[in-house]
Amino acid sequence: MQFGIFTVSDITTDPTTGRTPSEAERIKAVVAIAQKAEEVGLDVFALGEHHNPPFFSSSPTTTLAYVAAKTSALQLSTSTTLITTNDPVKIAEDYAMLQHLADGRVDLMMGRGNTGPVYPWFGKDIRDGIELAVENYALLRRLWREDVVDWEGKFRTPLQGFTSTPRPLDGVPPFVWHGSIRSPQIAEQAAYYGDGFFHNHIFWPPEHTQKMVEFYRRRYEHYGHGSADQAIVGLGGQVFMRKNSQDAVKEFRPYFDVAPVYGHGPSLEEFTSQTPLTVGSPEQVIERTLGFRDYVGDYQRQLFLLDHAGLPLKTVLEQLDLLGEEVVPVLRKEFAALKPAHVPDAPTHASLVAAGGGAKDSTVHAPADDVTGQAR
Amino acid sequence: MTTRTLAVVSGGLSNPSSTRLLADRLTAATVAALKARGEDTTVEVVELRAHARDLADNLVTGFANQALRTAVETVTGADGLIAVTPIFSASYSGLFKTFFDVLDKAALVGKPVLLGATAGTARHSLALEHAVRPLFSYLRAVTVPTAVFAASEDWAGAGTDDALAGRIDRAAGELADLVTGRPATARPVDPFDDPTTSFEDLLKG
Repeated sequence: MQFGIFTVSDITTDPTTGRTPSEAERIKAVVAIAQKAEEVGLDVFALGEHHNPPFFSSSPTTTLAYVAAKTSALQLSTSTTLITTNDPVKIAEDYAMLQHLADGRVDLMMGRGNTGPVYPWFGKDIRDGIELAVENYALLRRLWREDVVDWEGKFRTPLQGFTSTPRPLDGVPPFVWHGSIRSPQIAEQAAYYGDGFFHNHIFWPPEHTQKMVEFYRRRYEHYGHGSADQAIVGLGGQVFMRKNSQDAVKEFRPYFDVAPVYGHGPSLEEFTSQTPLTVGSPEQVIERTLGFRDYVGDYQRQLFLLDHAGLPLKTVLEQLDLLGEEVVPVLRKEFAALKPAHVPDAPTHASLVAAGGGAKDSTVHAPADDVTGQAR
Repeated sequence: MTTRTLAVVSGGLSNPSSTRLLADRLTAATVAALKARGEDTTVEVVELRAHARDLADNLVTGFANQALRTAVETVTGADGLIAVTPIFSASYSGLFKTFFDVLDKAALVGKPVLLGATAGTARHSLALEHAVRPLFSYLRAVTVPTAVFAASEDWAGAGTDDALAGRIDRAAGELADLVTGRPATARPVDPFDDPTTSFEDLLKG
């Protein structure tokens, strides 16, 4: 099982000090957080994509390429990549490029994005969200799997004789997860392709996550990719820890009370009972997280949201220490002991290369091109 | 004899509340009208005052907590609905509107609804027609033609046909006709059922 963190890249005022970090400061902080994730033994770092303040992460592959250069084992992912408003051609190019630079340590999570104005800013309409996700992703898959693509669709300029470069590393496209909080159509899309399904699992009650995952698993089996319990499931989660649980509650409450998304609503106590948020000791986080398996089954990836709502970098790094030293080692052991042998791990570049019969150089050389002189 | 479920939403804030009083009168009359048509009724009342904080939380978090979820399921699962609001500032109360704001857009499609409202003076009575009924039209509920407005003075009216009692009986009869005229509430469409459109069809655009 993979453990990691995901960030939305928000730049939020620290409510306890009134201080708001600059973009420059927050960007460097997120890079430091990613490096720390590897240092404390986590497997995955996933970065969001947004095109409006208070978020900085408009260009995730730039950031992830930098993180790739600074790390050696960390799996790099997204949370999420906007499959609706990005040109699928640019996604194919950018992430294949990142895949090469990161030696294959790359996967993606597709999302639609829920910020209304982003759609028109990129020439799209939010009412077409599902259709865009379906058409764009179908094209993206072809661009990674076919050297020369002729394509015509509803939302993008047609392509004739187009080759997306670089070709995927070793001839193997990155593994793809599809993230959706409430749209069964997206779980259906993930099931149809045999891709992974990720539920954010932060803002809503667990019964809702359970329904989405059950649906995905059932449809995964329907499409013949394996049995329902072999489908590839990822969950988010949100925690704040201190050795002593009362200290955790006391320290996190001012951040919780005014947090973007759920602040100014239910109390910390109400929200922790209604949603998967856990604020307490590492032992409490372990117990709660092990309980996720009770309603989604054996799953492959657990990502935690740690750096949001204005928490300072120093605090986030302390959280990572606790996660890496006290929580994840126990979770690894416990989850591994519970998982039946026929339930697969999350695919990685290495496992996909092996499944595909070994690495292939998939370079497409131009016919008798002027630079290399090489003929096809 | 079949048994119908009737949900009653009361937006009254005081206790006792004339809004609840009107809701109870409408409910009793509807139960009697259904009885006369050979149907038993189970009544479930949702007092919105008890869910004031739940509703505010739902606005902020985007989901209904357990208490509110139970109330929402009571309303969406019923064969008929009686919805009564006090008139505040020429329209439904904010609390009343918030309850219907947090329902799924399709939750009340085709649902027979009897509308009622209360206020201090009869000069507010058309708020039922210019504010409350359009809300339910938007939700594609089927509202009965008679919406019942009760001003303070109505509680002293004589029992003629035009007085409050007469309007209540007329509206209750209309709601009973709509409820008996339709099959017992079908299970709402479950978004997690197997899709009716295949993914291949979605791919064709």
